[in-house]
Amino acid sequence: MTATTARQTRSPYLPTPMVVAEVTRDLEDVFTLSFDVPEGFPFRPGQFNMLWVHGVGEVPISISGDPGEPTRLVHTIRSVGNVTRAMASLGVGSWLGVRGPYGTWWPLEQVRGRDVLFVAGGLGLAPMRSAILHVLSHRADYGRVTVLFGARSPAQLLFRDDLQRWRGRFDCWLEATVDRAGRDWFGPVGPITHLVADVPLKPETAVLVCGPEIMMRFVVRELERRGVPDDSIWLSMERNMKCAVGLCGHCQLGPFFVCKDGPVYRFDRIAALFDVREV
Amino acid sequence: MQASAGGRMRIDVNGLDVLLRALADEGHELVGPRVQDGAIVLGPIRGVEDLPRGVGDEQTPGRYRLRARGDDALFGYAVPQHSFKKELLLPRVTLVRIRRGKTGAVVEAPPRPDRKVAFVGMRACEIAAVEVQDRVLRDGPWMDADYAARREQVFVLAVQCGAPSGTCFCVSMGTGPKAEAGFDLALTELLAPEHAFVVEVGTEAGRRILARVPRREATAEEEEAAARVVCDAAARMGRTMDTTNIRDLMMSNLEHPRWEDVAERCLGCANCTLACPTCFCTDVEDTTDLSGDEATRTRRWDSCFTFDFAYLHGGGVRPSLRGRYRQWLTHKVATWHDQFGTSGCVGCGRCITWCPVGIDITEEVAAIRATSATAERGG
Repeated sequence: MTATTARQTRSPYLPTPMVVAEVTRDLEDVFTLSFDVPEGFPFRPGQFNMLWVHGVGEVPISISGDPGEPTRLVHTIRSVGNVTRAMASLGVGSWLGVRGPYGTWWPLEQVRGRDVLFVAGGLGLAPMRSAILHVLSHRADYGRVTVLFGARSPAQLLFRDDLQRWRGRFDCWLEATVDRAGRDWFGPVGPITHLVADVPLKPETAVLVCGPEIMMRFVVRELERRGVPDDSIWLSMERNMKCAVGLCGHCQLGPFFVCKDGPVYRFDRIAALFDVREV
Repeated sequence: MQASAGGRMRIDVNGLDVLLRALADEGHELVGPRVQDGAIVLGPIRGVEDLPRGVGDEQTPGRYRLRARGDDALFGYAVPQHSFKKELLLPRVTLVRIRRGKTGAVVEAPPRPDRKVAFVGMRACEIAAVEVQDRVLRDGPWMDADYAARREQVFVLAVQCGAPSGTCFCVSMGTGPKAEAGFDLALTELLAPEHAFVVEVGTEAGRRILARVPRREATAEEEEAAARVVCDAAARMGRTMDTTNIRDLMMSNLEHPRWEDVAERCLGCANCTLACPTCFCTDVEDTTDLSGDEATRTRRWDSCFTFDFAYLHGGGVRPSLRGRYRQWLTHKVATWHDQFGTSGCVGCGRCITWCPVGIDITEEVAAIRATSATAERGG
């Protein structure tokens, strides 16, 4: 559930203007905006903010920064709609309206002591980056740590510096696959489910999955085939969001409001809805 | 003429007029039923002269007509086309204004609404609907500040229902026809032997305003006649809905063939969601002034029947009408229980009456129950 304990009587719709401190072009259509927040912007890995562009609109974007560095707020965004396209044209010194953080988070405290498997597809690595950074900076608290990442092509490998850094560690196993590749790629080619099929798993391994819904569906199927129980799998779901606080009704997924009951769900809670089309 | 503790009072038509003017005198805007464009709608009223005298309604699936009752009844109809939703969850309201200048942006919250309003002629189902919206918009971890502020300043002058229509099923939903609470004053209209109203006091505010009205204690016969009005109404429901185990019934029939069937009839016009007194979905619109410096974010009613409602980069989550109708109905009668501990349907029948093709929520639920894939059939 949400972190809110006291009821919020202030209007939830008021954004805080924040000035862009740094812009990184990650991929052709993906960029990262960073904001300096001297007073701190505490969040938990997996949560999101609503980002507003003056006069254009507002969209939910997950936080992709390091939770150990709360004075720097980081969002990684794909330019896909008119709001995110407007964001792509923002430079250092321009500002955005920010409100949040909202939603549930990855169960990093809960799974302490267990093996952790991260499975990310495409931009799904963004909300997972915060969690991976947290686990690696509290490395002794966890067992075997594995990151599986799938991208469309080698050019679409997000957070390349991070991937190389994580791959270079001896206390973390990272494997990446792509859907298609040229001669510059020596890694596996094929769907991420192939990586899931071969990964070492213990009965108590905690699996965190984020990516397109269709990818998550096949990953979950593969995990079930490998004997991972539904209550050891967590997914980050995505729906249209307007208010982010459970008032506007847009993000409903059966009985849930993805903005406040999600986006991170333990799989057994949504398993009954997962294979129903158009829920 | 003292209002005794539990005893009900009786006022006549002139007394009702005095009551309405006393409410206005204390600063309330009066919103109540009136005839407009061949329908009873909710709008500003001044006194008894604006109420629909001698007008009744006929409501059946996809059809609404006014009729002459042949008497002087002021509340001789079921529910108006509008619900009081439009007075609390406004169709359009400013959420925030943001002015951009050389030194940054200034975020300005809209002023807290300050409007005392009296809801005149509210039915039990409509009180129930507001209580449903309270849970959604006011009582959760975050509240809609505009709704909550408006809600605080409402005076409810209920009128017990004596004229249910062909699309009413409040008895099935446990919301009426008798309003037991949630009002400041509740009237029951009696047409014989004299045109008069029996008054129940719900709150101290109701008691205070009633003290300004010429009245006497209701006789035993009058109290009995008033009880008979709602009792008769309960027996004349146009429709029924079996709600036994309805949450599980719907959620275990998400692939029922009936969804295809209703999708072939549904136009996706969103009338049902606009007419529904509990549908609360809203969208946010962004606009700017001509200079582009002042941006306004406006909340407006939205509907899960629109294609864009569940838009997610590149497509909608529910491209088919089957998916959208199923979302609406399962939310209304099933998942609303998970979310807010209550049904989202109060049995007012508006979605049936105002559906241009006469889709009947009670019929759809019954059809699924009759051919449920699982053994969820109620008694």
